Amino acid sequence: MVRADVVAAGPVRPARGRRTYRANRTSLGWIAGFCLPALTLYGLLIVVPLATAFYYGFFRWEGTQRAQFAGLDNYQEVLTRYPLGDEIPVALWHNVLFFVGTMAIQNTVGLGLAVLLYRNPRFKRFFQAVFSLPYLISPLIVGYIWSLLLSPSFGPINYMLQSVGLDSWARPWLGDPDTALPVLILVNAWQWIGGPMLIFLAALGGIPKELEEAASLDGASAARAFWSVRFPLLMPAVGVITVLTFIGCFNIFDLVYALGGSDGGPGGAMDVLGLLYYRTAFEGGTNAIGESSALAMMIFVLIFGVALVLERFLRRREVSS
Amino acid sequence: MTTLLTATGRRRTPAAPRRSDQPAARRGGGLRRFGVQTLLWVYAALAFGPLLLVLVGSFRPNADILRQPVGLPTSLEFDNYRRAWETASLSTYFMNSLVITVVSVALCVTVAAMAAYALSRWQFRGRALLAAFFISGLMIPAKLGLLPVFYMYQSLGLIDSRVGLVLLYAASGIPFSVFVIMGFMRGLPVELEEAARLDGASEGRMFVSIALPLMRPALAVATVFQFAPTWNDFFYPLVLLRSNEKYTVPVGLTRFFGEYAADRATLFAGLVIALVPLAIVFALATRHIITGLTAGMSR
Repeated sequence: MVRADVVAAGPVRPARGRRTYRANRTSLGWIAGFCLPALTLYGLLIVVPLATAFYYGFFRWEGTQRAQFAGLDNYQEVLTRYPLGDEIPVALWHNVLFFVGTMAIQNTVGLGLAVLLYRNPRFKRFFQAVFSLPYLISPLIVGYIWSLLLSPSFGPINYMLQSVGLDSWARPWLGDPDTALPVLILVNAWQWIGGPMLIFLAALGGIPKELEEAASLDGASAARAFWSVRFPLLMPAVGVITVLTFIGCFNIFDLVYALGGSDGGPGGAMDVLGLLYYRTAFEGGTNAIGESSALAMMIFVLIFGVALVLERFLRRREVSS
Repeated sequence: MTTLLTATGRRRTPAAPRRSDQPAARRGGGLRRFGVQTLLWVYAALAFGPLLLVLVGSFRPNADILRQPVGLPTSLEFDNYRRAWETASLSTYFMNSLVITVVSVALCVTVAAMAAYALSRWQFRGRALLAAFFISGLMIPAKLGLLPVFYMYQSLGLIDSRVGLVLLYAASGIPFSVFVIMGFMRGLPVELEEAARLDGASEGRMFVSIALPLMRPALAVATVFQFAPTWNDFFYPLVLLRSNEKYTVPVGLTRFFGEYAADRATLFAGLVIALVPLAIVFALATRHIITGLTAGMSR
């Protein structure tokens, strides 16, 4: 129908139609009109503030008054002076453990579930939906749900442990510095497992069946066929998941806030960089702006830099492997 | 890839009959299939169980919960919901969240669709750079710029204002929306637009009447993926809102959890209320969610 119209309309105004088509130039007004709203919003509220934070970090601040230029003093101060100097390495280490732990759990379980679903597609859509359900819930709400479930005296988890005779296992999970961080990692993996599962499932579906058939014709066992044929082809999926998980884990704030408050739980056992930034910026001393801006820039370079390197590295592997 | 090549390279050597007995072996594994189903159900219980505990708990009287944390409701107790909704002012928080989320998502998806359309259909200098500029936002931890935003808003009178939050959310959703819509537009044939151009349609007309209807699936993914994080966000309102009557659900919940710490039943009911919009979105858009989650794969 549309095509018929084109043919009919074509000869009527050939010159005009052809010229605009061949030149394919859109006037600057249209370009600006279409790009500027998004550019203004994104630039003004996302990019400019980060640049401003970078600038703020080079000055001493007296409350909200900018005082003298301080060069890198803020950076040095943040890294060396008590208490921040001690808190930063601890928080960073927690972020690293958090990332590694989350990756280990969500990828093994996510891959396992994806393979099971791929092999056995009965109720596939139902399981997909249920497994990825926690994905949508706010990390804050996930935190509150688990803090209620894990609460020492009236929490269902301890109650269930006691009712099956495992009284000695019941404990204040989030109040004990030894268990707080592992619990945090488990809760986080519980929430995000749907992501890797869906990504792996899509990747598995994209691998031609012939490859595995060829391997099994070669006499490879099912397990061997999986590890040698399918698994290497899943590497791009692992790459995507790694980058996304890294960014998520180093940005974490809400979940920890809900599980342990802004101090990061018992003795700071769950303290992470996000909480540290929040405390420095909004509960800090007179030079809060200078110090928190310096801290923000260091976190920014860490996250953006590592994400960039990870992506380059994984992309190169993809090509060469 | 090397293993792969050797596997296909030696393809001819093996005997043919294997091919036929393999499906038979798979069909014969009834026990194994049962095992697989069991594993899947076990994990489904793990994923859904905690949510079920919250849902069931929200219908039980508080005294029951304290006496016996796990159990079925003896009677359906809607008082918990009434208490959470009215007395704990979740109704206010809920409406604030709804208005802020809907307006900011609409704004975000509109401006992102326009920019993505321009970036994927028009040739102009700096186009690739602009696209990269938008998309690099996917890796930027935007929250770290909150302090400058805070002072900018203070000078503009946007502290403790819902408008300020709407603008901020719209801005932070732009990279992902542009990314998704541009990716979708790339796979879309340009013939229809060319036809309209030959008909003499203006650029604006072409965008509204041709491109927008075609990019609906991408708009849906962008909307769903912007809706959930905005509804869920806690950090921005924690810093930028001051007064109780402007709180969104997440900030309201922290207050609510402080006040009702001993009243488990009301807390459960409040959590369920906070989850309802997401449950609706999830039910309506599971397919789009799966598309969006796997969008990263097709890069």
